[in-house]
Amino acid sequence: MSSNPGADAPLKSTALYDLHVELGAKMVPFAGYDMPVQYPAGILAEHLHTRAAAGLFDVSHMGQVRIRAESFAAAAAAVERLCPADFQALKPGQQRYSFFTDNGGGILDDLMVTRMGAGDDRDHLFMVVNAGCKDADIAHLKANLGARCEIEVLADRSLVALQGPQAAAVFARLAPDSAKLKFMNGAALKAGGIDVIATRSGYTGEDGFEISVADADIVAFTKKVLAEPEVKPIGLGARDSLRLEAGLCLYGNDITEKTNPVEASLVWAMQKRRREEGGFPGAGIIQRQLADGPSRLRVGILPEGKAPARAHTEITDATGRVIGEVTSGGFGPSLGAPLAMGYVEKAHSTVGTSVNLMVRGKALPAKTAAMPFVPHRYQR
Amino acid sequence: MSGIRFAKDHEWVKVEGDIATVGISPYAQEQLGDVVFVDLPAIGKKVEKGKELAVVESVKAASEVYAPVSGEVVGVNEALGDAPGTVNEDALGKGWFAKVKMSNKAELDALMDEAAYKTFCEGLH
Repeated sequence: MSSNPGADAPLKSTALYDLHVELGAKMVPFAGYDMPVQYPAGILAEHLHTRAAAGLFDVSHMGQVRIRAESFAAAAAAVERLCPADFQALKPGQQRYSFFTDNGGGILDDLMVTRMGAGDDRDHLFMVVNAGCKDADIAHLKANLGARCEIEVLADRSLVALQGPQAAAVFARLAPDSAKLKFMNGAALKAGGIDVIATRSGYTGEDGFEISVADADIVAFTKKVLAEPEVKPIGLGARDSLRLEAGLCLYGNDITEKTNPVEASLVWAMQKRRREEGGFPGAGIIQRQLADGPSRLRVGILPEGKAPARAHTEITDATGRVIGEVTSGGFGPSLGAPLAMGYVEKAHSTVGTSVNLMVRGKALPAKTAAMPFVPHRYQR
Repeated sequence: MSGIRFAKDHEWVKVEGDIATVGISPYAQEQLGDVVFVDLPAIGKKVEKGKELAVVESVKAASEVYAPVSGEVVGVNEALGDAPGTVNEDALGKGWFAKVKMSNKAELDALMDEAAYKTFCEGLH
């Protein structure tokens, strides 16, 4: 998900805008959209509710794209020219996290790709990209794959996420077939009589689903979900604190064109065949980093005191030398403490290393930490 | 003078003798959202009207709290260390930030009384 602010253009709104206002949301500009940052319950309560029961998030600002070719294998091989993931190995319904790389090995955007099996018209790839990057991503796909693939932008579909330990029970009431989906799998389903594309995935570290629904049906669908007793609407504020506790990257902060997947600790998202064969932008640089080791690494950071350290806070060693920078930081409501992630020189990246965070001119003691900060509860 | 007075930056002061107790207004806490940390000034710190007195952190962001009067910090609300949410729950009472020994009580004249501040906040919507 992206923090890239929108330009001066007028704000766009999602099909759920009126419902957000009706629910009392505080609306703020985000990636060019007028989005709910919180509802009257507030970020802390929304965060804790998501971890305790189930939360519904409007993420319709994100981009949804179908990629088709003469076969699934051809479409997968085409997208592999832009991303270092093994899409050809996907089984029908399987989903994978990946990113577009550039020629320097930097990250242009991160994304989710699902192989929609033959049941859904033709076997193809369904991709979800960040709001702030979607125009550039679509241009990138069309420019590089347009000759071999059909790139269909699903501009008339909304996307909501239902997340939390009760999400599966709630969604199964509306869509009984959803119970069969395991983590990182998706399918076209009927949910309360409405056609949806659901994947068992999310951005909170909890079990849950991301659900794509036609704009024409999204208000009715969302009202059905919110009518379930476990579910409350959750804004982007809690979405950010939830993903930070889960150790998940925010595009634009934790990963950018200036970070590559090796130093971003995302080697797990580049499957072995792709690491070995290359064949994606920046492959040479990334393979060299894999062989030699990166000079810096993305790590978790736990301040020892109570003061949060925000993005761009300098990280120093005991002598005061700058060894890195916080890329996301704040307060973790479930952790009950401040937390951060950022890049540090490799020599300081071992879990438990003492570092200092320079907050308002003061060196605050902290330790590098393992992520996630709050255990993932995915249903594998 | 008596009663509570407010600055345009949404701090309040309550005065007893030459000591001003300072906090942030209910409007300010509402705008900030859930307060998770307050960086209080050191006792003895000299503060200047309109300059930083403290920093209040919500889940979302850090915001500066400006001194509504000049003087020396003579007390801080240590209870906020363990219970920063008190700022949300009782902004005008137990959620106070600091006590400032004023160096220029005439600065109080520039602050708004409760009715004027209410009108001021309504104009912000």
